[in-house]
Amino acid sequence: MSTGDHTVNSPEIRRLARVIEPGHSYASVTDKIASIVLTRPVSIGWLAGFSIAFTLMMVLMGSIAWLIIKGVGIWGINIPIGWGFAIVNFVWWIGIGHAGTLISAILFLLNQKWRTSINRFAEAMTLFAVACAGIFPLIHTGRPWMAYYMFPYPSTMSIWPQFRSPLIWDVFAVSTYGTVSALFWFVGLIPDLATLRDRATNKTAQVIYGMLAMGWRGSARHWHRYQSAYLLLAGLATPLVLSVHTVVSFDFSIAIVPGWHTTIFPPYFVAGAIYSGFAMVLTIAIPLRKAYDLEDFITMRHLENMAKVMLATGLIVAYGYFFEFFMSLYSGNKFDVFLVQQRLHGPYSGYYFALILCNILTPQLLWIQKVRTNVAALFVMSLVINLGMWLERFVIVVISLTRDFVPSAWGRYQPTFWDYSTFVGTIGLFVTLLFLFVRALPAISIAEMRELVAHTSEEHE
Amino acid sequence: MKVPHANEVYGLIGEFETPKDLMAAARKVREAGYHHIDAYVPFPVEGLSQALGLGRKHDLVPLLTLIGGLGGGLTGFFFQLWVSMSAYPMNIGGRPLNSWPAFIPVTFELTVLGASTFAVFGMLALNKLPQPHHPLFNVARFKHASIDKFFLCIEAHDPKFHLEETARFLQSVNAQHVTEVRDED
Repeated sequence: MSTGDHTVNSPEIRRLARVIEPGHSYASVTDKIASIVLTRPVSIGWLAGFSIAFTLMMVLMGSIAWLIIKGVGIWGINIPIGWGFAIVNFVWWIGIGHAGTLISAILFLLNQKWRTSINRFAEAMTLFAVACAGIFPLIHTGRPWMAYYMFPYPSTMSIWPQFRSPLIWDVFAVSTYGTVSALFWFVGLIPDLATLRDRATNKTAQVIYGMLAMGWRGSARHWHRYQSAYLLLAGLATPLVLSVHTVVSFDFSIAIVPGWHTTIFPPYFVAGAIYSGFAMVLTIAIPLRKAYDLEDFITMRHLENMAKVMLATGLIVAYGYFFEFFMSLYSGNKFDVFLVQQRLHGPYSGYYFALILCNILTPQLLWIQKVRTNVAALFVMSLVINLGMWLERFVIVVISLTRDFVPSAWGRYQPTFWDYSTFVGTIGLFVTLLFLFVRALPAISIAEMRELVAHTSEEHE
Repeated sequence: MKVPHANEVYGLIGEFETPKDLMAAARKVREAGYHHIDAYVPFPVEGLSQALGLGRKHDLVPLLTLIGGLGGGLTGFFFQLWVSMSAYPMNIGGRPLNSWPAFIPVTFELTVLGASTFAVFGMLALNKLPQPHHPLFNVARFKHASIDKFFLCIEAHDPKFHLEETARFLQSVNAQHVTEVRDED
């Protein structure tokens, strides 16, 4: 504690500790954020990025079209590896979404002021990630036009879904998650849409934002109910986000496949989801603040805090890997022991070691403050973790399915061109949606930034 | 809140620079005996509801959320029970048809779904939104209510309301740009 005073007074730390740079007023934060949408011309960089993303999205459309024409045989899946890329990507995308809800709901309940400037685009990221995730189980069914069978509706065949199946739980968890995330996002947007309506100078923008704002006029009575609805939504979204990846992990852990049938899956999946989600938030935040000069609002404090959350959740994930490994050996169950050997020495051991490198070893650099405050290093780190979390799902899905109980049922899995094109295509869809979002809606919550300005000016007085 | 007829005076509105000024004025206006007042602010101001005298009882959102959550959860649980026990019973490995622990995940999701939709749509309905037309939008400076200024409005149907006197009173509590709000079309 002897260094306490020194740390607080060091100018470097004071600069880092800010969640908003000084000198901003209500009007200046409004101006700065709203102008990105209302007045800033479309830049060459935006057009170039959007074109690339849009092209990749077209690759997705093409891949899905070909899949519908030919069937799931165009992928590398076979018997016994019936899940393959589709489920790997589904779990990866849905996990990415979790950080958005964590930032908007859990950090809101914990009264963390630094969430303010990152929650809006993190929530958008959640929505777009859920959209990408939802595509995979849908097209993996082989006949996506029959997907409505999964919902309980009074059909003429008098059949109903099997509610004891984790796959049906998944349908409910993911669709509820998508709906609640969209509601949460939209409620947060209402006051900002009113701001855009009042600031827009062209008629079309006024009409569109006006309709979306629904006549919001900032009445104290309205704010009163608005705040209680927002708080309740945050309270509801918190257990929801934990439940979603828990249910996703049930898809695996309810099955008796070696390597899947473990009780550690729910917490370790949730930690992994938040880990990859924060990595994705950083992947988006770093170029965003650079491109739109938002360094005043998304400060080093935000980046460093996110790096710390990644480090913490990364350690939980590492603990999960260790105990998965330990319990397999300790159980003495020969299939579980064999699976561990397969991860270390089997045909996919390269993926396993790459996963350990990306998810456990590299992130240890985040202990060093110089790394946490180096924007370029954080960006690279976020990409490495995204890759690592994708490899984790690949290892879980593929290694267990290729090596189950009897050697006659063993197999190999080789992804095809269409597997890769569909995956890359969803990245295109995700980035396209983000590019459109940044131009059409305020990427940072303006109303909450004004609140932050009010709080910081009170502190100064 | 009654929507006035065409060309009727809706009230008087005054503008303030900071939340503090607005709160001080709101307290004085209430002390002077005005009850039909409302404030319009660009972000939620702590303590404003109390300054305006809005009690907790004005807020039905938590109750609606509870109803939505209970409704969603109970419907979800008993629906699964009905499907599994009577509409489409399936014997899987001789396990009981009423395998209720397996119904908890869906019950939980539907509880959250019911509560969230009730919270959001309940909030909008209680706020009477969407409401595209409102007399306040006729005031040119009211645009700033969503940007950087804080407004206080004394409504015309307040028994103490008197156009000139109330306007003078608003000015006396340091309101700027005191304007008459009319429903023009």
